[in-house]
Amino acid sequence: MQKVYTKIESIVGNVVSVRAHGIRNGDLALVGNSYANVIKLDNDLVFLQVFAGTQGVSTTDMVKFLGKPMMVSYSDHLLGRVFTGSGVPRDNGPALTENMIPIGGPSVNPARRIVPKKMIRTGIPMIDVFNTLVESQKLPIFSVSGEPYNELLARIAMQAEVDVIVLGGMGLKYDDYLFFRETLEKSGAMGHTVMFVHTASDPTVECTLVPDMALAVAERFALDGKRVLVLLTDMTNFADAQKEAAITMEQVPSNRGYPGDLYSCLASRYEKAVDFEGAGSVTILSVTTMPGDDVTHPVPDNTGYITEGQYYLKGGRIEPFGSLSRLKQNVNGTTRSDHRALMDGMIKLYSAYKESLEKKAMGFLMSDWDEKLLKYGALFESELMDLRVNISLEEALDLGWKILAECFEPNETGLKTNLIQERWPKELNQN
Amino acid sequence: MNYITGNVTGVNGNLVSVHIDGSIRKNEVGYILVDDKRLKGEIIRVNDGIADMQIYEMTEGIKVGDKAEFTGELMSVELGPGLLSQIYDGLQNPLPDLAEKCGFFLERGEYLNPIPNKDWDFTPVVAVGDTVRPGDTIGTVPEGLFTHRIMVPFGLSNEDWTIESIVPGGTYNVRDNIAVIKNGKGAKETLSMVFSWPIKKPITCYAQRLRPDEPLITQIRCIDTFLPIAKGGTFCVPGPFGAGKTVLQHMEAKNADVDIVIVAACGERAGEVVEILKEFPELVDPRTGRSLMERTIIICNTSSMPVAAREASVYTGITLAEYYRQMGLSVLMLADSTSRWAQAMREMSGRLEEIPGDEAFPAYLESVIASFYERAGKVRLNDGQIASVTIGGTVSPAGGNFEEPVTQATLKVVGAFHGLSRERSDARKYPSIHPIDSWSKYAGIADGAKVDEARNILIRSTEINQMMKVVGEEGISAEDYITYQKGELLDAAYLQQDSFDPIDAACGPERQLREFRVMYDILTSTYALENKNDIRMFFNELRQLLLDWHTIEFNTEQFDAQEKQIKAFYMSKSCE
Repeated sequence: MQKVYTKIESIVGNVVSVRAHGIRNGDLALVGNSYANVIKLDNDLVFLQVFAGTQGVSTTDMVKFLGKPMMVSYSDHLLGRVFTGSGVPRDNGPALTENMIPIGGPSVNPARRIVPKKMIRTGIPMIDVFNTLVESQKLPIFSVSGEPYNELLARIAMQAEVDVIVLGGMGLKYDDYLFFRETLEKSGAMGHTVMFVHTASDPTVECTLVPDMALAVAERFALDGKRVLVLLTDMTNFADAQKEAAITMEQVPSNRGYPGDLYSCLASRYEKAVDFEGAGSVTILSVTTMPGDDVTHPVPDNTGYITEGQYYLKGGRIEPFGSLSRLKQNVNGTTRSDHRALMDGMIKLYSAYKESLEKKAMGFLMSDWDEKLLKYGALFESELMDLRVNISLEEALDLGWKILAECFEPNETGLKTNLIQERWPKELNQN
Repeated sequence: MNYITGNVTGVNGNLVSVHIDGSIRKNEVGYILVDDKRLKGEIIRVNDGIADMQIYEMTEGIKVGDKAEFTGELMSVELGPGLLSQIYDGLQNPLPDLAEKCGFFLERGEYLNPIPNKDWDFTPVVAVGDTVRPGDTIGTVPEGLFTHRIMVPFGLSNEDWTIESIVPGGTYNVRDNIAVIKNGKGAKETLSMVFSWPIKKPITCYAQRLRPDEPLITQIRCIDTFLPIAKGGTFCVPGPFGAGKTVLQHMEAKNADVDIVIVAACGERAGEVVEILKEFPELVDPRTGRSLMERTIIICNTSSMPVAAREASVYTGITLAEYYRQMGLSVLMLADSTSRWAQAMREMSGRLEEIPGDEAFPAYLESVIASFYERAGKVRLNDGQIASVTIGGTVSPAGGNFEEPVTQATLKVVGAFHGLSRERSDARKYPSIHPIDSWSKYAGIADGAKVDEARNILIRSTEINQMMKVVGEEGISAEDYITYQKGELLDAAYLQQDSFDPIDAACGPERQLREFRVMYDILTSTYALENKNDIRMFFNELRQLLLDWHTIEFNTEQFDAQEKQIKAFYMSKSCE
């Protein structure tokens, strides 16, 4: 039975309250034409968060309780479609109402989780070789605003070998939304993509719903045996929307105005990344923009404690220092025998290059060794770090050996002798 | 059973207000009845006849007027044989059993028996007519490696009880009645092998608390030699994300010289718990030859599990630790991470609209943290045996800044501080414990004066390194350069340890002492070297020799030969 009330007691921020009985916490309601959900109960006072915002809401507007929590339709019909944060179609397709599933469901039993061990190939050497992305990993891209993080995300989405892509856009610029759509359509990936998009001009409450919608759908696809990649951009906007909601509800802020439960909020979303034994998996790749390139800002800081590493995007490149994939050890032992050693060796040399660069900048004399490192660093940056480079892992490893051979003698690389005998490019060595 | 009941009057996040009919206690456990589910919660405040409960589950679907039931009991855990090698959530729900029942997801409102319904070989150690007190042993059962004592429940009044009857030795179910006891007033209690104990109350059925003076060996050189921890002591490990807190804790859990390890994963990644779950059963405890899992209990309330149960999870862990201490065992309890627990307190405090303290943490943060760490301790039990609980807690300070309230409150009460540093972990120097900023108040395995001397060289070396950054290598004397190299050598070839190397991963105390003697000798010798290039070459070669030494098995001929070679090498350049 649906209950209808017509007397709104208060309208504060995006929250309205009505007097009503028998209403359940978390239930969905219609306030005027907009959806809202119950966020607090105090005796007969029911507090509702209005998704579309409360601008223009009248105290005599109709409030209709729907007697069910927020849900999203789940079926194969979702593929190729675009929705808003509250699940309304953003394209011209029909609204979907069949097979509704609740959002923000319970978390996976840790005893049922398995150790992830399947690599996701992206064609980007800085990811594949140095910080491998693993199925069921949760990994954010830490970035300053202005960096090409959405381009990177779109490229990974197109190239990653997954069955379903779920894109959750939060506070996206309309241009960026169109960019994602066009890119995915052009590459033909749109056919296995679902998009939940909140643009910067949409009401903020919808922003807080996007990850839950996207992840609820992703989880179902995974349970049906699909390998799902969830892209969330940008989680800082999500956190800011949470902050806005918390402050209107007069919650005591903890750090730079963010609510005290920011960590739990982010964690309950990121922890949806999982590999179901005997079914599919959910991998989460998100973007966290760092205001002022400050990694200690509450959003990237809390995110870092939750996720399994991070890609640090700076100057249009994925920085080898600061980037980390905590799960790479699970997979890079079985890709190719030289993967791990080459990864470590090249990074150590790149780090030495950075030191030489610093010495050079300070005007110290450059030794032969410094010159070699400088040559190596330049090659490394242009041939491997450049985001335009698009080669397979094996090609990238071969290229790595080639760069080493162009710059160093075998014994200068610090790599094991047997590996060098096996992989060192012969023809170059004779030059 | 007759419950005190009540009705829900409000819901705010995981805080539910209930109007009660009858008497209730603060901190007693109650259930909210929603549809066909019973959601567990704890009363945390009573105000004007309204009880505020923190609910350990998601509160969606609760409505005003829903019924609540109160049990009259404080939040408790079940104690008895069968706890070891279990995996529990923060409320002592066995997770593997739950998975069998509910599948992939954690369904709310499901509470299973924490102690498996199993038969045990019971051997009585008291006879009819004997007098016992709470905490005294009435019989034993073999639990894996240990003799599990069946004790008189700690919660009974502390007076003499007489054994009225006790079953003869034999196989009994864990919940069978095995004894009846009677006190002076004629009150009778029937005992089984299981009883419950409130988690927020320390177990104090021991004769005396002792000073923690025996080192707890972790087989990590940097800790055992320089920053020791003691059996019955406390230590904390603060560090920014990615500095290796969890890896360090896993190493401690694997190698610590204790009988039982309890790992409380509190609000951290589920994936890290899975690593323990998959790895520990495969690892063999070198001290016993049995699987490591047999001495481990895992309490796991990961970040996406209900926030309120996070607080319960550390208390559940420490209560189980204290229970096994009563059996004369040494227990190590590792909590990862106490910051998440503090954040759970902050969330609840905010909902209760309490006046916030620093960074919105509640004003009682410090006293709560202090009383938690105070539950560690080395004790003499009533039968004279010595037992201990050691607590190690990680802290995840916001932005890696140790000035924040949780780190500061923790530093006030712990006996050792192992601060992890981002610079060290970025430079792949593991364990990334900062050797100069960290401290310990406990005595280690090595001679304290010599350790201090080594540490001073390290401090001096760091200063010289700073100086060199300004004036360059050419700007300092050869003598200073040697000191600098000595510090670097101590760091690279003693403090750092390769946890992936099968030999180097665990460095026993005898081996450590032997290695430290050599290291000390190197550090305190003077060398007849003038040229900086020669100095660098000398120390590089020495470092290589020492690193190779780390990977040679102890008590072998090669080990001795390598030691000789090292000594010969540095003596050749030494002035004396």
